[in-house]
Amino acid sequence: MTGPEPVPGDARPSLAVWKFASCDGCQLTLLDCEEELLALAGAVRIAHFTEMSRASIAGPYDVSLVEGSITTEEDARRIREVRESSRTLVTIGACATAGGIQGLRNFAASGEYARAVYAHPEYLASLDTSTPVEQHVHVDLALHGCPIDRGQLLEVVTALLAGRRPVLPGHSVCEQCKARGTVCLLVAGGTPCLGPVTRAGCGALCPAVDRGCFGCFGPADTANTEALARRLISDGLATDALVRLFRTFNAGAPAFEKEGRAHEPRHPAS
Amino acid sequence: MPRVAAVDPVRVGDSVTIGVSGLDGLVRELAARGYKTVGPTVRDGAVVPGPVSSVAQLPRGVHDEQAPGSYRLRHEGDDELFGWAVGPASYKGVLFPAEETLWRARRDGQDAGVDEVRDARRPLAIVGARPCELAALEVLDRVLLGGPVVDDRYAARREGAFVLVAECGKPAATCFCTSMGTGPAAAASASVSPSESRFDLAIAEIVDDEPGASDERPDAGAQVSRDVRVGPGHRFVVTVGSERGASLLEHVAHVEASAADRAARAGVLARAAAQMGRSLDTDGLAPLLARNIDSPRWQDVAQRCLSCGNCTMVCPTCFCTDVDDVTDLTGAVERRRHWASCFDLAHSFMHGGPVRSSAASRYRQWATHKLSTWHDQFGTSGCVGCGRCIAWCPVGIDITEEAAAIRASDVEAAGAGQTRGER
Repeated sequence: MTGPEPVPGDARPSLAVWKFASCDGCQLTLLDCEEELLALAGAVRIAHFTEMSRASIAGPYDVSLVEGSITTEEDARRIREVRESSRTLVTIGACATAGGIQGLRNFAASGEYARAVYAHPEYLASLDTSTPVEQHVHVDLALHGCPIDRGQLLEVVTALLAGRRPVLPGHSVCEQCKARGTVCLLVAGGTPCLGPVTRAGCGALCPAVDRGCFGCFGPADTANTEALARRLISDGLATDALVRLFRTFNAGAPAFEKEGRAHEPRHPAS
Repeated sequence: MPRVAAVDPVRVGDSVTIGVSGLDGLVRELAARGYKTVGPTVRDGAVVPGPVSSVAQLPRGVHDEQAPGSYRLRHEGDDELFGWAVGPASYKGVLFPAEETLWRARRDGQDAGVDEVRDARRPLAIVGARPCELAALEVLDRVLLGGPVVDDRYAARREGAFVLVAECGKPAATCFCTSMGTGPAAAASASVSPSESRFDLAIAEIVDDEPGASDERPDAGAQVSRDVRVGPGHRFVVTVGSERGASLLEHVAHVEASAADRAARAGVLARAAAQMGRSLDTDGLAPLLARNIDSPRWQDVAQRCLSCGNCTMVCPTCFCTDVDDVTDLTGAVERRRHWASCFDLAHSFMHGGPVRSSAASRYRQWATHKLSTWHDQFGTSGCVGCGRCIAWCPVGIDITEEAAAIRASDVEAAGAGQTRGER
């Protein structure tokens, strides 16, 4: 088995997969590589990947894939360790790149959710915020999505192995809809859709099955969320629904966070 | 037996009348001659190019309502087949696909092999392209075939393609082909050399339910396939544009177009021209835009522009592509070409960063290329007036309105010191 057993003279680059606050869906994408999985396991030495094996090889690592957001003091310490032991650090998924769905706590008063959910929140030792990895350490490459796209993950790994720059679009989901021939749900049906401000990468999955884009890949390079919000409001979308639209997996991504806050009901100063 | 009334063979330039079954016969004959036939079909609430092997697949009784940022189909249950303007996807995508693999390479030890990827494509027949869409293909011809470097993949698909134009009787509120000289009649465009055949056949649809008209119908007594309904006065006045168009017509029932039919066609086209939803004043527009690159209007539009690239994707003449080399873990390499948009940062990325980092600069690049610098580069406008960029812009930015606003605040044309429409 190609496992994390140190083999003398193994010249393959080492790959480590790290988990922070996350659901594991993104790192499982690695195991979902199916046909390419054996080739991948042959091309790299998988040194640390707890979804695959409990065995672990000590660093340093050529490539670290980092999943999850930073939500505890321990996370904040551990991510610095990962950074120090990694030549190339790649964040994978909305949690690592934008703080994830747990980033909703950033919009609430400290401890509010914890008190609502847990009988004894005093046992929790978490930070008031869920923050992306790049707010803590230098990130070499970010792979967006909730979850990430299998093809993009393979693209990053193969590009790193080949020593070339990976092809990762920064443009809107709309271009992928047009490329695959999906008729625009917003223009032809008035369906609220984040596609015009969302980064491509998923292949425009949701509009192809008649659902507006949820924004899983976070803001596109050039996102003009304000202009889209004006259109959605003029279509009759209620303000609270608009705020919820921008507050999902990438609620903490700056463009989405700014737009969500702009439409929040103003609380009277207490 | 079909009543084939032609005494003489059909010639280029002739005007003949056929019925719905005649149109059906043309489509079937094209398929029988080995063409891959594509035409307007209804899918997901829009008229889009799709496989068409009979008249039954055409958008019968379908009408579109378009406005900036809005497109809806109405199903009226009538017999009209071409009672709509244009949908989101043009025939550009058929001849110049959104994504294609150019070649594949593989390394085996010391050897490496490169295989060009070619589609074994049957000749293409486009059934029911609008005059503006034909004009757009001619613009693409200039871009992709007319320069020192010919796009041989486009050339292979375009060469030998049969084009049946459906002249336009129901323009949308977003249409302005009359301003661009590309419609609603098939012969209106001047953007091609006169020696070349622009279209093989052009049809004008006439829906006339007056009783008695059926006596004049060339379908009278014809064998009509069960899935084809024929209204009493439902017919097509066909303009013959090429020898092969003429030879195709010989296979279906047709009569020489009567004076009444010719008048009916002229009436359809005149009404269409009068119903044109928008207009673009092209008088001196190219230099006008060129001298207004610092117009505050570009900043104004930037507040509204999403930079989503939809206008460039639906535009039938936007031709920009990017090429990616993709490797896999087994050592195989693939070179892929895909449409690219001047609204992407990557499009203008040069050493150090993107050249057009502001939305104002990106929209200005697109609009001035279409309406101004395209003339310098290719000798025509890059806009055919189809209005797709207006309808399919999610926030309804209207290129005719932007051009008019810039004209209104023109730094030179307005009286000295007085700028009209200044914001």
